[in-house]
Formats: sequence, C-alpha cells, structure tokens
Amino acid sequence: MSIKKTQAYKVFMKPMVEANPVSVAILGICSALAITTQLIPSIVMVLAMTFVLTMSNVTISLLRHVIPKNIRIIVELVVISTLVILADQTLKAFMFDVSKQLSVFVGLIITNCIIMGRAEAFALANGPWLSMWDGLGNGLGYGYILIVVSFFRELLGAGSLFGIKVIPQALYDAGYVDMGIMLLAPGVFIVIGLLVWAQNIYTKRTQ
Amino acid sequence: MFEHLLSLAVESIFINNILLAMFLGMCSFLGCAKNIKTATGLGLAVIFVLTITTPVNWAINNFFLKPGALAWAGYPELDLSFLVFVTFIAVIASQVQLVEMLMEKFSPGLYVSLGIFLPLIAVNCAILGTSLFMEQRGYGFVESVVFGFSSGIGWFLAIVTFSAVLQKLKYADLPKGLDGFAINMITTGLIAMAFMAFAGIKLTA
Repeated sequence: MSIKKTQAYKVFMKPMVEANPVSVAILGICSALAITTQLIPSIVMVLAMTFVLTMSNVTISLLRHVIPKNIRIIVELVVISTLVILADQTLKAFMFDVSKQLSVFVGLIITNCIIMGRAEAFALANGPWLSMWDGLGNGLGYGYILIVVSFFRELLGAGSLFGIKVIPQALYDAGYVDMGIMLLAPGVFIVIGLLVWAQNIYTKRTQ
Repeated sequence: MFEHLLSLAVESIFINNILLAMFLGMCSFLGCAKNIKTATGLGLAVIFVLTITTPVNWAINNFFLKPGALAWAGYPELDLSFLVFVTFIAVIASQVQLVEMLMEKFSPGLYVSLGIFLPLIAVNCAILGTSLFMEQRGYGFVESVVFGFSSGIGWFLAIVTFSAVLQKLKYADLPKGLDGFAINMITTGLIAMAFMAFAGIKLTA
C-alpha cells in the first residue's frame, strides 16, 4: 500500500498506459515498426532500449548541473551513442544471429526520440533516482507495445510464436492461410492503428 | 554504370522507400504532416541534408573507420568500426548546424522557409539510418550520393502524399477513439500498400 504512494512508483507507472511513449506521445515509432515481425528480436530490442534509456537518464541527470545549456544536445547525443555502442557490441558478442536480424536498428536507438525526449523533459530537471525509474517505466511502456504488436504479427503472419508453430496443421488443411501482409510494411501500420484505437477506448472507460 | 545508378535510385525512392518500407523518420513524419506547406518544407530539408551527409559519412568511414582504412597514416591493422555510431551522429549534428549557419548568412529566404526544420532533422532517424545502410551495404562514393539523394526524394514523396490525404481526412466523420494517431497509422498503412505495387520493378537485367 505504501509503495503505491512513493513518487518513484508514480514516475514508474505513468508511462505504462496514461503517458505511454509510443501510443500516446507518439515517439520512437521507427524501431517499433521495423523489428516487430518476430517476438525474439523484439524482446531483445526492448532489453537494449530499456538499458540505454535507463542508463542515459541516470547519466544525464547526474551531469545536469555541469552540462552547458547551449551545447546540451550534442552532449546528450554523445552519452546516448556511447551507451548504444556498448549495447551493440554486447549483442554482437553474445547473440550474433539476433544482432544480424536487428541490423541497423540497434544503431538507430541513438535517434529514438523517446531517449532524447526523456533526457530533455525529465532527466535534466530531476535527480538520478527518479530519473532511473522514469527510464525504466518508459522502456517497459515502449516494450509492451512492441511485444503486443510482434505477438500479433508473428501469430497472424507466420502462424508461430517464438519461432514455434502454434497454429495446428488441421487448420491449414481446412483452408486457413497465413496473412502474408502482416509481415510486410503495411501490416504493422494497421496493427498499431487498431491497437491505439483499443487503448483509447480502454482509457476513456477507466477515467 | 548509369543503369545501375538509375536502378538504385528507383529502388530507394519507390521499392525500399525509406519511410514506408524501412520505417525511418516516422516521428517527424507524423508530427509535421498536418499542413502541406510544412510537410513540403521539411521534405526539402531532408533531401538537402541527406544528399550532403551521406557522402561525407562515406568519406569518413572509408578513410578513418573501416578496418584497414588508416593504412595511409601508417596503421594498416587498426579497426575503428565500433566508433561508427558516435562519429556518424556527431557528423550529422555538426553538419546540420553548419548548413543552418551558412544558409542564414547567404540565403536568408531559404533559411526562413527551411530553417526551423533543420534542428529537428539532426535527430531524424532517416538521416542516421541512410548513413548506416550505406555503410552496411558497402556503397561506393557515387552510389552513396545517389542513395542519399533518392532516399530523400522518397521521404519527401511519402510525407507530401500523407499530408495531402490528411487534408481530406479532416472532413471525415470518424469514431472517437480512432481519431488522431490511430487513423494516421492506418492511413500510412494504406499508402505503404500502394507503394508496394512498385515492388518487382527492375531496370537492370
């Protein structure tokens, strides 16, 4: 009960639905769209993204009194890209296949507007403890959208989850066909559109 | 050679459109498409910046960062390719700043119409993405100029089309929850589907 009252909890929960970075603030959609054809790469992407977001929020928050105002964007970019290099090298070393699949999109975490946005809007004005929770919350808020989208795309587009077939052969024999469009570009736009529609209806009802 | 470049251009404008097939630059795409004039301005600025940054990043990658690229300085076994991200983004940010300053000095008219979009572009993932694709696919110098320029054209086409559709969409009577971001995504999906019709076009044998 008491944990729900702490400020850290509030900062952490806010980006989950109410101020979700992807579906409400419309930030960082590029990568949310590109790598969601399968579940495994999207989960890896979420982990990389959450790591970079949390660490950059903490670092920038620690440096917030030292960074000169007019060159802060460059400083932020350097902090972020250093963290992205760490994430990228780790992926290349330990999960080479997934890192090949994600290709340039790991690098593009640098320009993911969520990170810049949180650094500018939160980390520059708050202490490292709260910034860490804000980073985690935003990373996971971004992550759950990615995972839901890739769940539907992999299920409907390839009939599998985590690379394992889940749609029984009997259904294919009865004439069921995978929706190829789910794996292509237009599918993902439409899935996200419908998802946001559902979320809008849900948040209206709970208010 | 010419045919090859032409086919590269057609491919990056229509088939592998940087926005509709690679999903790069979505944030500014969704944020700035409400007004056709803004969309055109931003699109032009993207073409401009892409055409400059892609070749410059090519040069930096080939003379400094690639494994063995520093042979001319006497370090043939040095491999700095892990520095690609931080170098590219720094080059892009400083070039955008430079272009902005030059433009303000020498062509105030252009600055007034494009100037406000330039800072936005530094963090547009289309720019960094194009440079990273250029590095990954190992394009040569001329190829990288063509690739940068035509990716810009592709982005421009997509944002102008989208903003034209949005103008008409204003008068549509939509369900409440669908209005805004949701319908924008679905519209983009339909445009992407139209662009998919170009897939399969190949100029070279």
